[in-house]
Amino acid sequence: MGQINNKLAANAIVWLLLLTAPFWMHWVGGYTELGSRVLVMALAAMALNFLLGFTGVLSFGHAAYFGLGAYGAAMTIKYLVPSTPLAILVGVLVGTAAAAIIGTLIVKLRGVYFAMVTIAFGQVFYFITFRWNTVTGGDDGLTNWTRVPIDLGFTKLDILHNPELFYYFILFFFALSVALMTILLRSPFGRTLLAIRENERRARFLGIPVERHIWLSFTISCFFVSIAGALYALLNNFVDPRALYWGLSGNFVIMAVLGGMRSFWGPLVGAVIFVVLQDYVSSMTQNWESFIGLLFVLIVLFFPRGVLGIVRRKVAS
Amino acid sequence: MSLLQVDNISRDFGSLVAVSGVSMAVEPGELRAVIGPNGAGKTTFFNLISGLLPPTSGRIVFDGKDITNLLPARRVWRGIARTFQVTEIFPELTVRENLRIPVEGAAGYRLRPWLSREVAQEMAARVSGLMDMGGLREKADRLVGELPHGDQRATEIMMSLALKPRLLLLDEPTAGMGDQETYDITRLIRRLHREQKLTIVLIEHDMRVVFHLADRIMVLAEGAVLAEGTPDEIARNEGVQAAYLGKAA
Repeated sequence: MGQINNKLAANAIVWLLLLTAPFWMHWVGGYTELGSRVLVMALAAMALNFLLGFTGVLSFGHAAYFGLGAYGAAMTIKYLVPSTPLAILVGVLVGTAAAAIIGTLIVKLRGVYFAMVTIAFGQVFYFITFRWNTVTGGDDGLTNWTRVPIDLGFTKLDILHNPELFYYFILFFFALSVALMTILLRSPFGRTLLAIRENERRARFLGIPVERHIWLSFTISCFFVSIAGALYALLNNFVDPRALYWGLSGNFVIMAVLGGMRSFWGPLVGAVIFVVLQDYVSSMTQNWESFIGLLFVLIVLFFPRGVLGIVRRKVAS
Repeated sequence: MSLLQVDNISRDFGSLVAVSGVSMAVEPGELRAVIGPNGAGKTTFFNLISGLLPPTSGRIVFDGKDITNLLPARRVWRGIARTFQVTEIFPELTVRENLRIPVEGAAGYRLRPWLSREVAQEMAARVSGLMDMGGLREKADRLVGELPHGDQRATEIMMSLALKPRLLLLDEPTAGMGDQETYDITRLIRRLHREQKLTIVLIEHDMRVVFHLADRIMVLAEGAVLAEGTPDEIARNEGVQAAYLGKAA
């Protein structure tokens, strides 16, 4: 079975590159925080792709739950307790709870209607954080707080001052999330999601309660995106309303499509391209988004299955 | 007691009456054919039974229980499976995966994030059995979307059987098929009926198939029942000959 060997090899390469990134990043002109940002964005894009690529449902409002995760984490440290693990926990709970509630309101919608309503709900959260100055810091964002070193009893992890350590802290959550997503997608439940993506009518007439499963997929997807959001706030020691802006939701979609939304690792590849390009090109010109846009259009026109789609076809032939 | 009882069911689309006051009782183990000219309301009638459409009026009773207002998925849980006139499958999944989804669903594992090795093997064995029955063994790992029409049809029927239905609704199972494929599907349906005593209702245009398979035939014309009876009775019915068979022959 050559296909299985290819998959194993691909997985081994991905994990090896991620595990050793802090050691070789500066050789190729990168730096550790850039690696951390790639991981966070990749997790968000993969979370979105759980819904987009593996359930066939397009959300244009995932930044809302990303941002809620970020604000939940930031506000926990600033107002409640100076604890990084608790901050992540609160951020994820807030993001997931919001998604679970809003999910019940939108699961009957399909296609472009679903996408539009997810934008609308996302913008509601955006304007709340934008306007509620006294609590969220409004447009200026939430400042004057930092992530907190973690005391394990026998040793202290100084994730605040050691960027390499913080990279591995993020990689830990990334790996945990990826493992969970893999298990879910390979399970009978994951196959019902593929069934809905492939043919909703057939799925329904095989006895799959389609709305319930889309709601679950949406909520699970937002659970993972809010983990990414919480990590994003900790990475920047800062959060502002742009973390919930629908433009960021669009960026997640671009990453997934750019890399290939039918491939499990596609959004990771897309996030690498997106974040690295953003970093390099934005140091040269203000108009870096035009370059991303152009690349996106070219990929969609000529390689609708994304970058990994091309690689896969090459390997198969 | 009848397995399926449809009482005086109707369905309008605005001013168009697609199905008008149709009643039907199907006994356990029976194979019933529904025939009629194009536009007679056959597929609408199926859509009402399977829950794709709600009826305007009337009642559907399955196994003694009223299912008139039940959602499609819940009718499947009660034991009603169907195929469609235009094959409904999962084109970008393999034959094996197409069958695995209903097999796991019928076993109640729809929400499971995990299967034990034993259960997974049991599921795989059921999938293998279905592939053998449908003659799909050699194509197990091909994408269904790439297979010939006949194999896609066979996959859809096998997916419905994977649900372990008590009533199988087949909407024109031989539509668009060559002679050999028609023969294969007909033989498969007969086996399900004779050996497994499965209750089947089928819509069919090919009269050879209908008269070969059916225990009883119901003729629809313009949304209403024109005649009902054994194949012999239907063949001798003058009204049917005038409205339908006469034109076909």
